[in-house]
Amino acid sequence: MAKKHPEGYLTAKEARKISKANRKITNELEKKRKRKNVPESEYVTEMKNPENAVEFDDLHTYFFTDAGTVKSVDGVSFEVPIGKTVGVVGESGCGKSVTSLSLMQLLQRPHGQILSGAIRLNLGDKVYDIAKTPQEAMQKIRGNQVSMIFQEPMTSLNPVFRIGEQIEEVIELHDGEGKTKEDIKARCIELLEQVGIANSEGVYNMYPHELSGGMRQRIVIAMALACNPKVIIADEPTTALDVTIQAQILDLLRNLKDKINSSIMLITHDLGVIAEMADYVVVMYAGRVVEKGTAEDIFEHPSHPYTIGLMASKPVVGKQVDELYSIPGKVPNPINMPNYCYFKDRCDKCIEACNGEYPCEISLSETHKVSCYRYYDQKEGK
Amino acid sequence: MAKNSQIVTPSDFTPVEYDPQYILMVNQLKKYFPIKGSLGKEVGAVKAVDGVTFNLKRGTTMGLVGESGCGKTTTGRVILRLSGEKTGGQVLFNGQEVYDMSKKQMRDLRTKMQIIFQDPFSSLSPRLPVGEIIGEAVKEHGVVPKNEYEDYLDQIMDECGLQPFHKDRYPHEFSGGQRQRICIARALALNPEFVVCDEPVSALDVSIQAQIINLLNKLQEERKLTYLFISHDLSVVEHISDTVGVMYLGNLVEYGDKKDIFKNPLHPYTKALFSAIPIPDPKAKMNRIVLEGSIPSPANPPAGCKFHTRCPYATERCKTEVPHQIEVEPGHYCVCHLYDK
Repeated sequence: MAKKHPEGYLTAKEARKISKANRKITNELEKKRKRKNVPESEYVTEMKNPENAVEFDDLHTYFFTDAGTVKSVDGVSFEVPIGKTVGVVGESGCGKSVTSLSLMQLLQRPHGQILSGAIRLNLGDKVYDIAKTPQEAMQKIRGNQVSMIFQEPMTSLNPVFRIGEQIEEVIELHDGEGKTKEDIKARCIELLEQVGIANSEGVYNMYPHELSGGMRQRIVIAMALACNPKVIIADEPTTALDVTIQAQILDLLRNLKDKINSSIMLITHDLGVIAEMADYVVVMYAGRVVEKGTAEDIFEHPSHPYTIGLMASKPVVGKQVDELYSIPGKVPNPINMPNYCYFKDRCDKCIEACNGEYPCEISLSETHKVSCYRYYDQKEGK
Repeated sequence: MAKNSQIVTPSDFTPVEYDPQYILMVNQLKKYFPIKGSLGKEVGAVKAVDGVTFNLKRGTTMGLVGESGCGKTTTGRVILRLSGEKTGGQVLFNGQEVYDMSKKQMRDLRTKMQIIFQDPFSSLSPRLPVGEIIGEAVKEHGVVPKNEYEDYLDQIMDECGLQPFHKDRYPHEFSGGQRQRICIARALALNPEFVVCDEPVSALDVSIQAQIINLLNKLQEERKLTYLFISHDLSVVEHISDTVGVMYLGNLVEYGDKKDIFKNPLHPYTKALFSAIPIPDPKAKMNRIVLEGSIPSPANPPAGCKFHTRCPYATERCKTEVPHQIEVEPGHYCVCHLYDK
C-alpha cells in the first residue's frame, strides 16, 4: 500500500532528479556569467524613459532548489524615477527583497538566477542592463552608483573593524583615486556629520558594539551614501528600530536624498512609513506586482483586494474598530503556483472571470495600474 | 487642578491595601540587576524597573509601551516572578503577595498566571511535537482527569485555530502565525486568569498580526481573561487595550485610560512618542516632535527627572528633583513637574 505523504513531499530519487536538472540550468547560466572580456555592447542599452533611474522590465528571478523551482520574482515591472522615492510593500516572502537583490546582483548563487527580463540602470552617460552586466563591471557599480541599506544594523556592520575603517574602505575602493589618506578621513568625518552624529571624531575610532541601534543605522546610511549613489535601496531600514528613532532615521533619509538628488527604493511592510516617505507605491504579492501607482492613488483609491485587505488589517491610531479585518488563508506554495490569479483563494471579492488565467495589468488612470479581473470593464480597447 | 492631586512619594514606601476589583496591584515595583566587576564584586546596578505602580482591573487589558530597553519586558517577567527576587515594592495577585509564597503555593499560582513570549520561533522546543508542547503542563498540573485529556487538548487547539491533526507535528512545520497560535494555546491550556503578552505580534506580518489580535480578543471575551499587553507598536496597543502605561527608563511616566492617553497625552515623552507614529495617509500633516539622542543607560540614569536630557520643556528643577506621580485627571496619572503646581 502506498504510504500517504503530505503535500509537497519528495522521495530521495525525485529530489536527486530535480537537483540534477537544476544543476544543468544553473551551470549553463553561471558559465555565461563568468565569461571574461564581455564587450560593452552586450549590456549597454537605452532607457525607455530617460527620466527614470531604474526600470524593472518583466523581471524573472527564480531559485532552483532541490524541492523545485521557486519563482520568487515572476514578471515584475516598475520604474524608479530620478529624485523620487518608490515604496515596495508586501508580506514576507512576496519577493520584495529578491527584487532589490537582483538589482544589486547579490542573489545567492548558483541557486538564485535572473532568468529573463531586464533591469535598466541609468548612470547618466550610460545605461546598463544589470541582468546582463558581468561581474567586473558590476563591482564598479555596486556600492558606488547603487547602494543598499540593510534591515538589521546589528548584523550588517563588521564587529572587528572600527567604524572609520569600514566607511573608508568604500571611499577608497570607488572614489580613492588621487586621494591621500587625510582626504579620505576628512570625507569620512564629513559623512558622519552628514548623518547627524555629533561626536564624529570619537565615533570614527569606535567599534560597532559601542553604538546603539539608531547610531549603527546612521553608520550604515553614511556608508551607503559615501559615493553619492544614483539609487539607494533601503531594505526595511527602520523595522528593527523604535518609533522615536525611526522618525529620526526617516527624516534623515528624506533630507539626504534631496541633498544628493538620488532615488530611493524603500522596501517595507509598514504602510505608515510608505505613506510618509514614498511618492510612488508598488504592492507585491507572491512574486508579482498586484497594484502600483502614486501614493495618493494607492492610499485613497486602493483597488486590488489584497491592497484593501492589507490596509484594513492594520490598526490605525485614532481610528477605532471592533474587529480587525484579517485576510483569510495564506500565501500559496511558491513551488506550486496556481495558474489562476494567485490571490483568488483568499479573495472575498471573486467574480466568475477569476477562474481564468492570471489577470493582466489594467490602467485605472495614467499612473494607477492594477492586476485584477474586477476592473476588466475599464480596460480601454484590447 | 492641583486640588485633588494625590502625590505618591517613592522614597517613603507605603504598602497598598488589597482592593477586590483589581486582579493585579503593582506598587513601587523595583528590579535592579547587579553589575559585577572584577572578582565578582558588585560595582553598580542596572535599574531595569525603578518604581512602577499600577492596578489592573479584572477582565481588562493594559498596554505597556515604550522604547526598547525601557524595562517593559522586565516588568512583565518580574510580575510573574520569572527573574529571581524583586528589589523592592509589592506585587499583589488576587490580594496575595507573589514574592511571599512558598514553592508549592507558587506552583499552583503558575496555572493562574501565564506568559506568551515575543518570538514564536525560539520559544517552542524543536524536539517536542505540538500536542506535547501544549499538553505538558496540563498533565503536570492535572488540570483535567486523564481520560478527558485528549478531548481537552482538541478543544483548546480548536479554540486557538489549530487542527487536531497538528498534534503530532513539530514546530518547524508551522508558519510564524501558527506558531504564535501554539504559544497562545500553551498559555491558555492551564485556564489562567492573567496572561502577560510580551510583544506577541511583533515578529509577524501585518495580515497575520490581525488574525492573532482578533484571536486574543475573542479568547478574552470567552474566558474573561486579563491581559498585560507589552508592545512597542502603538497602533496595536491602542486597538487592544483598555488602559495604557507608558514607560521610560524603568519608570512608568504616564498611566491611564486609553482614550485619555491617546486623545490628551500629558507627559512630554508620550507626546513625542505619539507624534512619531507614521500614519498611513500621505496627506496627513506631520507635526512631529523629533527627540534628540537616544535613551540613556539604565545603569547610570540622569539625576532628577530621567527624561530631562531629551525633554524640550526641561527646566532647572527637572535636573535635580525627582518628579512624583500626580493624578492630573481622574484615573490619568503622569510623572512630570509640568503638572505639579
